Amino acid sequence: MLFAAALAFIFDPANLLGEKGILPRLMDHLLYTGLSLGAALLVGIPIGLLIGHTGKGKNFVIALTGSFRALPTFGLLLFIILFTGLGLGPLVFVLAILAIPPIIAGAYSGLDSVNRETIDAARAIGMTEWQILGKVEIPLALPLILGGVRSATLQIIATATIAGYVGLTGLGRFLIEGLALHDYTLAFAGAILVAALALVADGILALIQRLVVPHGVSRGMARTTTRSSRRTAPSALTGAPLTEG
Amino acid sequence: MIEFRGVSKQFDDGTLAVDDFSLVIPSHKTVVLVGSSGCGKTTLLRMINRMVDPTSGSILIDDEDIAGLEPVKLRRRIGYVMQNSGLLPHRKVIDNVATVPLLEGVPKRQAYARAMELLDTVGLDRSLANRYPSQLSGGQQQRVGVARGLAVDPNILLMDEPFGAVDPIVRADLQQELIRLQQELGKTVVFVTHDIDEAFLLGDQVVILQVGAQIAQQGTPTEILANPATEFVADFIGAGRGKRRLSVDASVESEGNDLVLVDSAGHAAGVVDAPGGVIANGDSGPKSRSISNKTDQAGDA
Amino acid sequence: MQWLWENRDLVFGLSLEHVRLSAIPIIVGLIASIPLGWLANRFRVTRAIQLTLFGILFTIPSLAFFITLPSVLGTKILNPINVVVALAVYAIAIMVRGAADAFASVPRDVIQSATAVGFSSASRFWKVELPLSGPVLLANLRVVSVTTVSLLSVGALVGNGALGYLFINGYQRDFPTEVMIGIIFTLIIAVLFDQILVAIGRILMPWARGARGASRALTVGGAA
Repeated sequence: MLFAAALAFIFDPANLLGEKGILPRLMDHLLYTGLSLGAALLVGIPIGLLIGHTGKGKNFVIALTGSFRALPTFGLLLFIILFTGLGLGPLVFVLAILAIPPIIAGAYSGLDSVNRETIDAARAIGMTEWQILGKVEIPLALPLILGGVRSATLQIIATATIAGYVGLTGLGRFLIEGLALHDYTLAFAGAILVAALALVADGILALIQRLVVPHGVSRGMARTTTRSSRRTAPSALTGAPLTEG
Repeated sequence: MIEFRGVSKQFDDGTLAVDDFSLVIPSHKTVVLVGSSGCGKTTLLRMINRMVDPTSGSILIDDEDIAGLEPVKLRRRIGYVMQNSGLLPHRKVIDNVATVPLLEGVPKRQAYARAMELLDTVGLDRSLANRYPSQLSGGQQQRVGVARGLAVDPNILLMDEPFGAVDPIVRADLQQELIRLQQELGKTVVFVTHDIDEAFLLGDQVVILQVGAQIAQQGTPTEILANPATEFVADFIGAGRGKRRLSVDASVESEGNDLVLVDSAGHAAGVVDAPGGVIANGDSGPKSRSISNKTDQAGDA
Repeated sequence: MQWLWENRDLVFGLSLEHVRLSAIPIIVGLIASIPLGWLANRFRVTRAIQLTLFGILFTIPSLAFFITLPSVLGTKILNPINVVVALAVYAIAIMVRGAADAFASVPRDVIQSATAVGFSSASRFWKVELPLSGPVLLANLRVVSVTTVSLLSVGALVGNGALGYLFINGYQRDFPTEVMIGIIFTLIIAVLFDQILVAIGRILMPWARGARGASRALTVGGAA
């Protein structure tokens, strides 16, 4: 059976190390993911916080995330690489570009979800704008901000899978090689590995996301929220990401 | 002393919220700005700590033009209490009360000790210090809001409909608490409300506002009740509808020493102490509470 | 442009294929989500199970999903059914959560007053809850539509990507124009679908024109 054969491949120590082994490819996959996510965070978080704090540019966020979703990532990756050529740099560039919109959207919607009265009161008692951002808005928005990071991470992990198609390594290489050689055991094993990596990453981020919910907010939730108004927020919070690749 | 000099405020959307407003608010008194929603009263209040800057005119605190002051510094020396407490939901009660002192660099231990005292001052049990705002009732949250407003021991306390969102019984409680506090502390309190009864209860001075923050009348509650300046004022305070003009209902045989009072429409409005059927005369002064009425303030009439 | 003209039959054929293959999952997602979303909104337990299950399925990268499905369905790897089923699962995953939110967005007092004036539980669902949850359902369906159209192209790696074929072909021939044409036509189809959904929404829910719920759900969805 294919599934058993794929598992056998995964757990065969002979396939763990070596140039085409699971471990080096996993490390490469993590490397692509880490670098791209880092770059995307550096750009996306400040923009998202700025838009969220000032409330200016909301339409930009909606347009950005909407059109981003419509863009076929796969095509975009190939298109850009045709111009930039292969290599770690171009790949990280493309992956980061793809990860920026969900990060901006998460940071923006996080700050947007903070009660206006709370912010107004913080200003009225004499907090500076930086203090409002750092001591009020970010702590309260953290779950949603991380929701965006979570989406972005999964987006990157999934799209990095296609990197195998453009000659780089990573776990996607198993899939592509398997398909090219009609070795479906190999492809299946790759699929399992990629799925497992995505699930583990998502699980870890979900856990962190739960841990950062401010105490006063989680305890108060049940009592102070109205059904309709708050329900929409958690959908962004836990909303599973759109994954391509 | 807070002084408004020819202050106007036009918002970006063109509405003229405040039109050439001038007023002197004396120190250590409670001044209530009262008017219907949209009359500009909250805008006036928020100008005092520069949450809103006037389009023209100036505002002075102890003869100093606040336009020249750093807004953040100004706000930190003015207490501010708002309708829905505006507490930080992710911080415990004690941290909320100590927020500004901590921002100002007061050592933590000292700020907490002071915050604990303030909980006593506003009538909250110290055991609530480690709760989160969402774990408190609406009335308790407002008390925390007041404690936070007092944390830096400000001379001025701004209160924007602070009791507007709590139920009537709790509101009455909080009002009495504020009267007691004010007797103790003697702050300069600027209080905004749309509730004329609340204004008469709390205000040493009451300023009745019309659209555009036009002063319809200002004075003590007694002065306003005795001589409503305009039809608008009479209507606003209820005198026009005869609600505040009370007379003894002679047809009711009351037991003991009370006489029943009725308003001009003949609805029972309260009772008055009348030992032996004679209403005591004005010895007890205008603030006498000798008439117990469901709105209480009719005693000023 | 010249390339497009010379290959108009190919591009047109692939576009039709794209419309066909992506329309099925969208429709399936909508139909399946209504009972599932209603269940999720009604019972805590089913909600938790559904959201977890579809959350996990949704986390699996699409290429991995395309490749693993044949062994589950017993199909050949190049069978278009695989891609359609995978996209339908993604669609349902988005819609289940969206529909649960949509039903939850119906104000409780409206439901209670409907019960009070004598709606039976079934007629209340069809005549009150479903129409009123419409705007939020629509907002989520638009997300599904756009996502499905865009994800379909990855299917090209397993032989069923419709316009995605142009990506692979253009890449192999080192011919960016072809890739670009593929992207543009994918976007056109996405916009077309979106406009159709908006138009249907206008006809079915004239009261919700410019409803805030819709735009809000889009922003929120953007974070997802």
